[in-house]
Amino acid sequence: MEFSIYDFSSFTAWIDQSLRASMSPGLAVAIEMLIIGVVILIFYAIVGLFLVYAERKVCALMQNRLGPNRVGPGGIFQTIADLVKLLFVELVPIKNADKILFSLAPYIVIIASFMAMGALPFAKGLHAIDLNIGVFYLMAVSSMGVVGVLLAGWASNNKYSLIGAMRSGAQIVSYELSVGMSLVTIVVLAGTMQLSEIVQAQQYGWFIFRGHIPALIAFVIFIVASTAETNRGPFDLAEAESELTAGFHTEYSGIRFAFFFLAEYINMFIVAAIATTVFFGGWMPFNVYGWEGFNKVMNLIPPFIWFLGKTGALIFLIMWFKWTFPRLRIDQLLTLEWKYFLPINIINVLIMALIVLLGWHW
Amino acid sequence: MEGKQIMFVIFAIVIVVFSIFTVTSRKILRAAVSLLMVLIATAGLYFILNYQFLAAVQLTLYAGGIVVLIIFSILLTSQLDHKFEVVELKKTIFSALAALAGFIVVATTILKHTFEADTAAALEVNMEVIGKSLLNTGADGYVLPFELISVLLVAAMIGAIVIAKKGSPVKEEKSNK
Repeated sequence: MEFSIYDFSSFTAWIDQSLRASMSPGLAVAIEMLIIGVVILIFYAIVGLFLVYAERKVCALMQNRLGPNRVGPGGIFQTIADLVKLLFVELVPIKNADKILFSLAPYIVIIASFMAMGALPFAKGLHAIDLNIGVFYLMAVSSMGVVGVLLAGWASNNKYSLIGAMRSGAQIVSYELSVGMSLVTIVVLAGTMQLSEIVQAQQYGWFIFRGHIPALIAFVIFIVASTAETNRGPFDLAEAESELTAGFHTEYSGIRFAFFFLAEYINMFIVAAIATTVFFGGWMPFNVYGWEGFNKVMNLIPPFIWFLGKTGALIFLIMWFKWTFPRLRIDQLLTLEWKYFLPINIINVLIMALIVLLGWHW
Repeated sequence: MEGKQIMFVIFAIVIVVFSIFTVTSRKILRAAVSLLMVLIATAGLYFILNYQFLAAVQLTLYAGGIVVLIIFSILLTSQLDHKFEVVELKKTIFSALAALAGFIVVATTILKHTFEADTAAALEVNMEVIGKSLLNTGADGYVLPFELISVLLVAAMIGAIVIAKKGSPVKEEKSNK
């Protein structure tokens, strides 16, 4: 059996065959689902820990200071120490809260992001489920997270939490529209919603180059709107420390707070991964048609490094936003979405359709 | 039992239990969350049927759209410690009877009908087919209902804006003075 880090399909096929050889197909599928679930959970935790550390380092870089530097070399174990601390923090019971909904809310947020992870293509052959409506599915499950935020704010029985939840609800519901429309622009160019086909179509030229002007506009709108959808600065009015203490998760402590915190970072990873897949060729190396030597060198880098590298670059961009722009007011936020992004987006889809019909793309 | 049947039983139980919670819960937000569970489990049934497009539509429109709207309006209007009054016994009995009658009608029709088992594998629904038939002006096209619904939606949106708008801000300032 030959494995390579360039193509995981033989590896996954080997696992499948060896499982099916020793047990009934139903049990094999169940065990495969379990394996994938555990792998995604571990990945989830690692990415969460790493991104919290990265955020603090990037923040320090933007503000010209060092950031965490005491625990381990360069402070690399800082978030692990924080996690251990969070695990030991008492879960403060809230007297007049709706207890069932209060404890349910973090799980809804976590499950919504967990479901999105399953449909992402991480590398060649490393793709848990390849739905033929991939892009649409990602939009559908990522829209579920807002329910958790709204429930958290309401069940806490706290006016700051409620205001935070209302703001965040209004924000996510509006910006979802822009995220969807900018993805539709690329679906028009790709002619498919299946993520594996979208990645395959970008072998010689990522969509951001092939779709030139409308694709670029769609990318800018996507990255801004998804920053807003993940409730991150400069769109973090839902948590706005100076006004609302901590917004919808004011009353949460210990591991429940950690769930919200983790979900925010994982959502950032997911939107960056979607942008990578749809605009920047997913795990595809940077290839130019006809440049044989150049392509060979680029293909030496394994696909998952390409995927994580591109995603990491976009995450850095999103963090950069957070630490350079001041927070928007709620009216500015809604004006930006409804008066600027939505009309631009609708016209952009039309331009993209025209370009595809006339064959003006590469 | 096959995996699909096990999943079907799980989803069916979730739908039945949470449907009952939805109508019997005395706390309004808990009822809304139960409704959300019912809608998500229904999307799960569509996934079992391999009709992924409808499942995703169910998740975006109902779970992500309508339930969020319901929860949003509850947040705006309701208090946490508000509880619905216990319904009168007479009303409970009559609504239970009405529900039972509906159940009997549905159950008898289902039991009378003989279902023919189909062993063919479920087909994946092609997105291109859906898109083309939705905007087709030919015999199998749905462009007329599609456009009619769009016009209806636009009219409803304009109506909502007109109702929500309270005159121009200039007039309000004058009346305040």
